[in-house]
Amino acid sequence: MTRKQRRSVLIGGCMAVLAVAVGLVLFALSDSIVFFYSPSEVMAKELAPGQRFRLGGLVEDGSVERNRGTTVKFVITDKAKDLPVTYTGVLPDLFREGQGVVAEGMLGPDGVFQADKVLAKHDENYMPPEVAAKLKEQGLWEGPEQVSRETEPSKVN
Amino acid sequence: MIAETGHFALILALGIAIIQMVLPLYGSRRDDPQLMAVAVPAAQAQFLLVALAFVALMTAYVTSDFSILNVYENSSSAKPLLYKISGVWGNHEGSMVLWVLILALFGAGVATYGRNLPRSLQANVLSVQGAIGVAFLLFIITTSNPFVRLDPAPFEGQGFNPVLQDPALAIHPPFLYAGYVGFSMAFSFAIAALIDGRIDAAWARWVRPWTLAAWMCLTIGIALGSWWAYYELGWGGFWFWDPVENASFMPWLSGTALLHSALVMEKRDALKIWTILLAIITFSLSLVGTFLVRSGVLTSVHAFAVDPARGVFILGIMAVFIGGALALFAWRAPLLRQGGIFAPISREGALVFNNLILVTACAAVFVGTLYPLALESVSNEKISVGPPFFNYTFVPLVLPLLLAVPLGPFLAWKRGDLYAVAQRLMVAAVIALAAIVIVFAIQGRGPWLAPLGIGLGVWLIAGAASELAYRAKLFQASAAETWRRFIHLPRSSFGTALAHAGVGLSVIGIVATTAWRTEDITAMKPGETTEIAGYRLVFDGVSERAGPNYDEQLASFHVFRGDSEITELHPTKRQFTIEGSATTEAAIYNAWGGDLYAVLGDPLENGAYSVRVYFNPLVRLIWIGAVVMFLGGGLSLFDRRLRVGAPKRAAAAQGRLADAK
Repeated sequence: MTRKQRRSVLIGGCMAVLAVAVGLVLFALSDSIVFFYSPSEVMAKELAPGQRFRLGGLVEDGSVERNRGTTVKFVITDKAKDLPVTYTGVLPDLFREGQGVVAEGMLGPDGVFQADKVLAKHDENYMPPEVAAKLKEQGLWEGPEQVSRETEPSKVN
Repeated sequence: MIAETGHFALILALGIAIIQMVLPLYGSRRDDPQLMAVAVPAAQAQFLLVALAFVALMTAYVTSDFSILNVYENSSSAKPLLYKISGVWGNHEGSMVLWVLILALFGAGVATYGRNLPRSLQANVLSVQGAIGVAFLLFIITTSNPFVRLDPAPFEGQGFNPVLQDPALAIHPPFLYAGYVGFSMAFSFAIAALIDGRIDAAWARWVRPWTLAAWMCLTIGIALGSWWAYYELGWGGFWFWDPVENASFMPWLSGTALLHSALVMEKRDALKIWTILLAIITFSLSLVGTFLVRSGVLTSVHAFAVDPARGVFILGIMAVFIGGALALFAWRAPLLRQGGIFAPISREGALVFNNLILVTACAAVFVGTLYPLALESVSNEKISVGPPFFNYTFVPLVLPLLLAVPLGPFLAWKRGDLYAVAQRLMVAAVIALAAIVIVFAIQGRGPWLAPLGIGLGVWLIAGAASELAYRAKLFQASAAETWRRFIHLPRSSFGTALAHAGVGLSVIGIVATTAWRTEDITAMKPGETTEIAGYRLVFDGVSERAGPNYDEQLASFHVFRGDSEITELHPTKRQFTIEGSATTEAAIYNAWGGDLYAVLGDPLENGAYSVRVYFNPLVRLIWIGAVVMFLGGGLSLFDRRLRVGAPKRAAAAQGRLADAK
């Protein structure tokens, strides 16, 4: 094999692997990304039934119902629109009424969001950044920053 | 007083780092040995000063000095001592001090143990290390000062995020950072070589131990993080393709590639330019990881920083170091002379294949991690790229590499004989095929891909064993002769075999637990039973108990297999009073062939609780595999050949060794 042939084998191999990788990435991006919507956006968009998405907002006060075994019903709100949600399974530790939550799943035919994953984060004041942004847009933001700054002793130095 | 001492030490360290950055580099340009010699004491002094600052911060944590804002925000006096100590790096400011401490430690290591390096190389390496130190010390002092005081001092702290109060997570960041920052050595060596315009096999021999040590720490760090997520987050999963996990996985992938390409450079004087580029890429990915985790662009378990000033600062550091390094590379790399011609089928060819796949897979992870951020910043559209993306891209990309791993060590340098290699691997192939058939027969209605995955893991392990067997001439020579050869094999051969076998173990663990895990979510009242994977769990109810800084509800399950009771499981829910948040502690029984994993959920109506039970087959092999990889790296690290210094002195050193014998 000459030097030139060796080089073309090497370059050809690299190109082939890269082409496969680019193809896989494009296929996966078209197939497996999940969009994030607030209840208002879900109402505004005509979502195809069975399309997976993430729904974010606050758990509405007094909406959590646990009556049938491990299935839980609650309502996610962005203070403008509400969407009922059902979920079967153990909820995360910090799932609480009035707290931020992100649920992943799809809309059922009855207009109820069927979640198969619920994420609530590990901080009492945690709010999904998307929800915080939405609340800020609507002027409803009562963030933890303002609250804690009042109670905190002043910083020196 | 202690806090001010620490603060002052950090500022002094910054001054020393500036000297370390400027004078040795200038000296090496001017060929002035006195200026170059400044690098050694400067690196040592920088380390001592950063260590002093770190000890000051730790003292403040251990003595619960709430007049320091950082301690007030992240600690409380009721916290156990271990978490007071780990609290030092469980927050943004403290973890950056740890980052710089490890950086300075590596710098001091080169200064102290690098006396047989060519003088200008050592000066340039320490100068680049100094520059990184300057950037991050400036970052700490201006945006993330851990020694800010509070007046008046509060009586009690706000506590420490309860999910981080865990032994594995206490030691996870130091390992992870040792890995991240350890790759700065490879980076500094690469930049120094570019400045000198000269690079040789001795360079690779110098870089390899540092890279190997960093890679080992990163391997353990990632494994600890995964193990923690497995038992602490209560989902029973071991890897979530979370951006924070990917941030540590990307440097691991390119660092693994770097280890292998440096091997080619050391042995065959080839792939020089590529190895330099890979060293730059690997540390750049460490910086990207630091940026992702520290800037708060992600909101995830680890991301506690919310100040955009920090993000912009780290972005600036990245622009300077990555941009500067790549520009220098473009300018100087053509000066490096390439050597070592090889055929496509050869050891070098196999290692090029390894690099190609690892770097491509790393790029796929990079796209999946950063695409949502890029999309959000240009279009305001919010998306998440979850595990399916990585399963479609990363998994098919690395499969050919895993298949090829056992072939590599059998191929000869320069030109290999694939047919001869296939013959030597015949036994391993037969064992792997037998494993596939057996697993297929016993799994019943499981996914058809699972037996193939198990076969792949067995192929990796059997292939690694075959290499040792071949080299020791097992069944080709007498038993005594085989034993003599076996114990005299170089440690690096055992290292390679162990590391590759470790990958095989992890593959088996991942395949088994992904394919055959079983899950049961039920509502249970005291006295009721549930069954999973042949185990019967009897629920005894829930009792209250007080821990050091939390209250907990403790559930009791008696676990039976057949008629005999084998163990009790006590999953709990903990409420941390000071922090005002709760955690779920899963109970795990390490049964034969897998983990029985129970989580206590919320109380339901009429005294029932929701309960989640998993059976995760062979899941522990994932982390055992990582430990085996770590041990393999350790064996290679202590190989005699790596301990010898630059080759100019190698002959003399070997001469001394021979004399000593």
